[in-house]
Amino acid sequence: MSDLSSNAALFAPRSGPLARAVDWIIRHPRMFVFLLVLPITLWLGIVYIGALIALLIQSFFSIDEFSGVVVHEFTLKTYGELLRPYNLDIILRTVAMAASVTIAAAILAFPIAYFAARYAKGKWKALFYVGVMLPLWSSYLVKVYAWKLVLAKEGILNWIFAKLHLTWLLDGFLSLPVIGGNSLSVSYIGTFLVFLYIWLPYMIIPVQAALERVSKDLTEAASDLGATPRQNFRMVLLPLALPGVVAGSIFTFSLTLGDYIVPQIVGNSRLFIGQAVYTQQGTAGNIPLAAAFTVVPIVIMGIYLWGARKMGAFDAL
Amino acid sequence: MTDAVTFQGVSRHFGPVKAVDAVDLSIRDGEFFAMLGPSGSGKTTCLRLIAGFEQPTAGHIAIFGERAEGVPPYLRNVNTVFQNYALFPHMNVRENVAFGLRVKGVGKAERHRAAEEALELVELGGYGHRRAGELSGGQRQRVALARALINKPRVVLLDEPLGALDLKLREQMQEELRKLQRALGLTFVFVTHDQDEALSMADRVAVFAEGKIQQIGTSEDIYRCPNTRFVADFVGSSNVLPADLAGVGRAGQWASLRPEDVVLDPAGREATVTGRFFHGRVTKLSLDLAGQSLTALIPAREDTPDVGEAARISWDPARVHLMEREA
Repeated sequence: MSDLSSNAALFAPRSGPLARAVDWIIRHPRMFVFLLVLPITLWLGIVYIGALIALLIQSFFSIDEFSGVVVHEFTLKTYGELLRPYNLDIILRTVAMAASVTIAAAILAFPIAYFAARYAKGKWKALFYVGVMLPLWSSYLVKVYAWKLVLAKEGILNWIFAKLHLTWLLDGFLSLPVIGGNSLSVSYIGTFLVFLYIWLPYMIIPVQAALERVSKDLTEAASDLGATPRQNFRMVLLPLALPGVVAGSIFTFSLTLGDYIVPQIVGNSRLFIGQAVYTQQGTAGNIPLAAAFTVVPIVIMGIYLWGARKMGAFDAL
Repeated sequence: MTDAVTFQGVSRHFGPVKAVDAVDLSIRDGEFFAMLGPSGSGKTTCLRLIAGFEQPTAGHIAIFGERAEGVPPYLRNVNTVFQNYALFPHMNVRENVAFGLRVKGVGKAERHRAAEEALELVELGGYGHRRAGELSGGQRQRVALARALINKPRVVLLDEPLGALDLKLREQMQEELRKLQRALGLTFVFVTHDQDEALSMADRVAVFAEGKIQQIGTSEDIYRCPNTRFVADFVGSSNVLPADLAGVGRAGQWASLRPEDVVLDPAGREATVTGRFFHGRVTKLSLDLAGQSLTALIPAREDTPDVGEAARISWDPARVHLMEREA
């Protein structure tokens, strides 16, 4: 008999506790699935959802305006406070910022992601990943402070504009109502730029992953059938990449909604939701209002996802 | 009459790789033309040059007499059935088929009616609302065909369209494609690596190897009179023998002898059987004749000698084709 064949049809059980455990799991596939999902279920179920529920409960309490003590009775009064003009402004400001950051990130990310998915091969692809991910490896605070210096009145950006004799252009931008300001580092434009910079990788990566799955045949087929490049983009490429764009926008939108450091360092002194939560739970000691503010992004994201689903963003999944 | 497609010295090089190298070709209007060759022989690149997905690095391409170099795919009245069908996953069958009309701005009611007609043409009437993912391979194939036909193209390109189907379905689709092509009177250009498919379906066949056309002709021409050893071997796995051994021509020439022309003959020459494979209709014998290996296809009803035994064989010298060209 040759070396390649063996006389045994079935082998004896393997020894050792690990080998026996593996054999046992192979024979009990359902148990295996159970063991796989157990840790994540415990984590999500208790630590995460539990904390969220505790937070929700807090938002239905209120604070006694004289003593500053939390009243543990169900009330919608705290949510009513959200609708006060001052608080409502905070919410609208944050949503507008998050929406513009998301739209700008999607527009910027698409061509980069398209290039990476279609044309970059081998070392160019590696370079793309490093280029996109590298900023994520350094501290977020360092990056934000670096941006503050770049955008400051004495900063490099002003200097470049001055050298190019384009100071008038920058001043024109800064003199725009609402989004302008004394310098970029104390204007909404500045806040927007920094948000855009720090969240952009979170848009590029999912869009690139989605485009990677759109086979070249599909765009070729569309072109073959008479679709101009513009029609090809609108009818084939974009709809098929939309799940990636939506995934990316969930990141950029929710990260902007909840952030309280960027607007504190770069921007004017008007508050964003994150800063409101920070002050309400800290100095103001108003935990119920802080909790109610926290619920706002959750509700907005819920509405956003529901709308995306209605528009068919997940049909191709 | 103008030819449907003409190539004049067309090359497509990718860096050092000569995918298509100085090809001359003319495809007649209304014919079923097959491009046959092993993978990497340049047949698919030729098809992509006609579709406009590739541009030639040299030479001229004309489609119905009009220069096609530099013309993007969406401006060519040529449609393609892709190898993996390339159906749009975010659209249902009707929207897929109607796509060509939609990009031309045809109204919804009108294009859906046309799509339904095209679906009936490929015997898929009533499937319009389904998703491409819910269809079988054969059905997807038909949808891809209907989608390519809806623009009323003058040339239809088919890139190994039957490659993913099982044998039975493939034979059925071959017949249907042929019928459809005749009924519509369109020019079909069909790429395949399957010589049976090419021979049985096409009016004319071009055999490709290494970016060049080895031979163009009718199926019978190519099969009976291969002009190179490559064609003889690739189309019908011919035995390529030194001419003197085959009993024709002189030493130094090569001859092609079809395996089915080798017969068992008690009065014939003695060869040794080195392999025996039962194929149903025929039994394939691998033989050794005076140091030359040889394949014979013997009708299965005949008794065949076993491996290691001797077999007496002969052939009709009239069936031997002497090849014009070396290589």
